[in-house]
Amino acid sequence: MDGFLASPIGILAITVAQTLALLVPVLIAVAYLTLAERKVLAAMQLRRGPNVVGPFGLLQPFADALKMLMKETIVPSGANRFLFILAPILLFMLAMIAWAVIPVQDGWAIADINVGILYLFAVSSLGVYGVIIAGWASNSKYAFLGALRSAAQMVSYEVSIGFVIVTVLLCVGSLNLTDVVRAQERVWFFIPLFPMFIIFFISALAETNRAPFDLPEGESELVAGFFVEYSSMSFALFFLGEYANMILMSALTTILFLGGWHPPMHVEPFIWVPGFVWFALKIALLLFVFIWVRATFPRYRYDQLMRLGWKVFLPFSLVWLVLTAAVLKLAGWLPA
Amino acid sequence: MIAALAFYLFAAILIASAVMVVTARNPVHSVLFLILAFFNAAALFLIAGAEFLAMILVIVYVGAVAVLFLFVVMMLDIDFARLREGFQRYAPIGAIIGGILFLELVLVVGSWGFSSQANELRLAPNPGADVTNAEAIGRILYTDYVYLFQASGLVLLVAMIGAIVLTHRQREGTKRQNIAAQVYRTGSVALEKVPSGAGIATLGIRRPPEPEPEAPKVTHDTGHGHGGHH
Repeated sequence: MDGFLASPIGILAITVAQTLALLVPVLIAVAYLTLAERKVLAAMQLRRGPNVVGPFGLLQPFADALKMLMKETIVPSGANRFLFILAPILLFMLAMIAWAVIPVQDGWAIADINVGILYLFAVSSLGVYGVIIAGWASNSKYAFLGALRSAAQMVSYEVSIGFVIVTVLLCVGSLNLTDVVRAQERVWFFIPLFPMFIIFFISALAETNRAPFDLPEGESELVAGFFVEYSSMSFALFFLGEYANMILMSALTTILFLGGWHPPMHVEPFIWVPGFVWFALKIALLLFVFIWVRATFPRYRYDQLMRLGWKVFLPFSLVWLVLTAAVLKLAGWLPA
Repeated sequence: MIAALAFYLFAAILIASAVMVVTARNPVHSVLFLILAFFNAAALFLIAGAEFLAMILVIVYVGAVAVLFLFVVMMLDIDFARLREGFQRYAPIGAIIGGILFLELVLVVGSWGFSSQANELRLAPNPGADVTNAEAIGRILYTDYVYLFQASGLVLLVAMIGAIVLTHRQREGTKRQNIAAQVYRTGSVALEKVPSGAGIATLGIRRPPEPEPEAPKVTHDTGHGHGGHH
């Protein structure tokens, strides 16, 4: 048995099993996040939300998925067929492959690579291609405008996300995500780096095109933005990709600032709970905030969005980065 | 074996997509092939053990530079018929220039050979087993060549400021928003704390406010005449 597991085919089989063990719960989480969003929004707006399909509406996501599958896929006549189909697949695929490096518990990452954080940053910065290609290939004004907005928005907010990540890395001394979480055993980074935590979370909202930064799909002016022309399964892939990205950004925030799999305190009742449960609970908390923000804030105007990214977050995160570096150096806390 | 196969696969795709960048008719397809080429270059870096460079290549070139390329190229309005119009006339000149370049390339490649240390240097990006990639690059950039690094940063800064100065125009009649003043203004717009569950009518808050009595307006309105009064 050990001989088989060490052979190339055995390694492949283990990796496939690990991938399924991670992605199936993620996909179920995506399905139930759509339900959770509708339920939470409904509660905040004094409504009931979906409550007909199954007990408490628990089967609603599956009903939605079936309905999506039954619809006809429509490709607009002037569209670039190949790219039109490619865009949603790309967006969904990127949201999935990023999970390869996420350490759900100590040593549970599928690929515990040295440059894990850079890999995540690279994958999240590629998400913009799905949006741009969709907008261009649709051959529609609204879709194209949405794509242009999205390109500008995602590139602007990536810069401050980069600085926030560098600040965290200064405190860790490694680009490995497992090391980032291990460094937070005693104190989670959101306490010493609180302003960066806020900036990172707001940038994550902008990066995932969520309210109040959902300008690329702003329905009041662009109908539905970059995915106006999509229907059926291709629309469903966009939808799932957006929610998978939300979960991914929450996972990244958890790893960088909320101590990953660590319990709040290393004392009796907390350490009985396994690490991946803490990880999931923290992600759920952040996802709740995502939905809460959507229910609370009106959409930003486009120039305000750009101003916030370039004139507020970028200088602030740069100053905080220099400050952190100076404090670490002068106090002698720099990790070896 | 697998590494060699992967190398040849990525290298072949890299060269093929680089050719497609030049030959593709549609400029958007060109940029997309360029992105594919970047990806394969990143994969080659990975095979060589330079994972930091691979990720930086994807982040900087694919995640930022190529996005801006695509952004600009998508907005171009290209008339393909006009592009091909002068082909017959310019073909001889193009062929001559291409021929000269090809000859030069042949001369350069003909006299090219491996250095005697090539075998030790090849695919050995890390100075030691305990030093990671990022650390090795950091040592070279920020320790050994820190002044040159800073100098090149200054050159880039000057270039950036120059580009902004050259392209920035102060246009007449632009309206700017003073966010601070807007946030602190009172009177016309104010936030009110409302207990959840209570209707706005029971609290006496009405939006929009009650209209002004309209009696004096009647004399003014006779000239305009609102539609739908007939």
